[in-house]
Amino acid sequence: MLDKNGIAKRIAQEVRNGWYVNLGIGIPTLVANHIPESIDVEFQSENGILGMGPFPVDGEEDSDLINAGKQTITAMPGAVYFDSATSFAMIRGRHVQLTVLGAMEVSTSGDIANWKIPGKMVKGMGGAMDLVASADNIIVAMMHTNRAGASKLLPACSLPLTGVGCVKRVVTNLAVLDIKDGAFHLVERAPGVSVEEIVQSTAGDLVVPDEVPKMSI
Amino acid sequence: MAISKVVSSAEEALQGVESGMTLMLGGFGLCGIPENCIEELVRIGVKDLTCISNNAGVDDFGLGKLLQKRQIIKMISSYVGENEEFERQMLSGELEVDLIPQGSLAERCRAGGAGVPAFFTPAGYGTEVAEGKEVRIFDGKPHILESALISDFAFVKAWKGDSAGNLVFKATARNFNPMMAMAGMITVAEVEELVPLGELDPNTIHTPGIFVQRIFVGEKYEKRIEQRTVRHA
Repeated sequence: MLDKNGIAKRIAQEVRNGWYVNLGIGIPTLVANHIPESIDVEFQSENGILGMGPFPVDGEEDSDLINAGKQTITAMPGAVYFDSATSFAMIRGRHVQLTVLGAMEVSTSGDIANWKIPGKMVKGMGGAMDLVASADNIIVAMMHTNRAGASKLLPACSLPLTGVGCVKRVVTNLAVLDIKDGAFHLVERAPGVSVEEIVQSTAGDLVVPDEVPKMSI
Repeated sequence: MAISKVVSSAEEALQGVESGMTLMLGGFGLCGIPENCIEELVRIGVKDLTCISNNAGVDDFGLGKLLQKRQIIKMISSYVGENEEFERQMLSGELEVDLIPQGSLAERCRAGGAGVPAFFTPAGYGTEVAEGKEVRIFDGKPHILESALISDFAFVKAWKGDSAGNLVFKATARNFNPMMAMAGMITVAEVEELVPLGELDPNTIHTPGIFVQRIFVGEKYEKRIEQRTVRHA
């Protein structure tokens, strides 16, 4: 079974040379730590920077330089700052090649819910709705089940949606799954995880091939 | 000679702000917020405000200060997750909240300032954001109609400005400030530094002074960091 860093490490393998990548808050942020030196990638943060660098060393924090999670960051050589309308022109205009974000629920039709639990938690969607509506390539990074042990991969989302029919790949602590033809398709299993365990933890229809390779991470 | 927009203080800059008005406030989280204008709004005690701002501050800073004093009746925002008082007022129904996607919020402000009454975007299609909105298909993909936003006053914060109202922002403190400056019927810019006319390079000005009606130097800037995150050297 993978921990959060393991999920991030597996997603980092999906990133290709020359891509602009938007990483959401939480597990997705960790993806930046696992990009191989051999490829050139620029990270976009929707609050207004392209070419985001690592967190600053102690004492170098700048209150004017943060990421979408409001964390202090640094800028790489060649970085650029811009306003929010320009930032979402990059996103809506499909100039960003990969979006990685977290989710509370994902469905077999590629719907995603991650912004609201009615009556309990209303934080808002931030940039998530813009991102999922326009990105060609969306990877969801999340735990396979919630804290109560219930599957987050469902026949249909029960929570208010963030976007419809947009998620094509999900990477969890248990598996890599693709979404197509109204079902989850098991692509890889995490080290130490059986196919049976993944089947048990997936509430939506799951297509399991004869051979399910183990992730190489 | 350039038209001078300079006023001496936040008090003078906020002349004409009344209860019941719609205000825009720049910033993302606590980054690039008009701290001095917010302090002045608290001081003059105007109420029943509709505030358009990406976030709602934290409990004791930024827009959180106006929420604590119950000066806001409606918020138009995209993300309000860092403010417990906000969440309490919203869930109890004391505060009306219109949550809209961040990119749509930015574009609605830009459109308001640019004289574009509405536009179609794919963001929010198939979600509760789309309820009651016109849907149209472009290139086989559904889009929803979003309307422009304008405000009685827009409060923005810049790094440097000149007497003509030209503004330069620093790093990610730019965020919503340029679009909101465009969309205010009266736009007030508070700056860290007011430089002599001619000192800003016209090639690198972010917001042209035509969008700014009043400019003043903020008395003090706390510039609080919401999530101080460092790496080990």
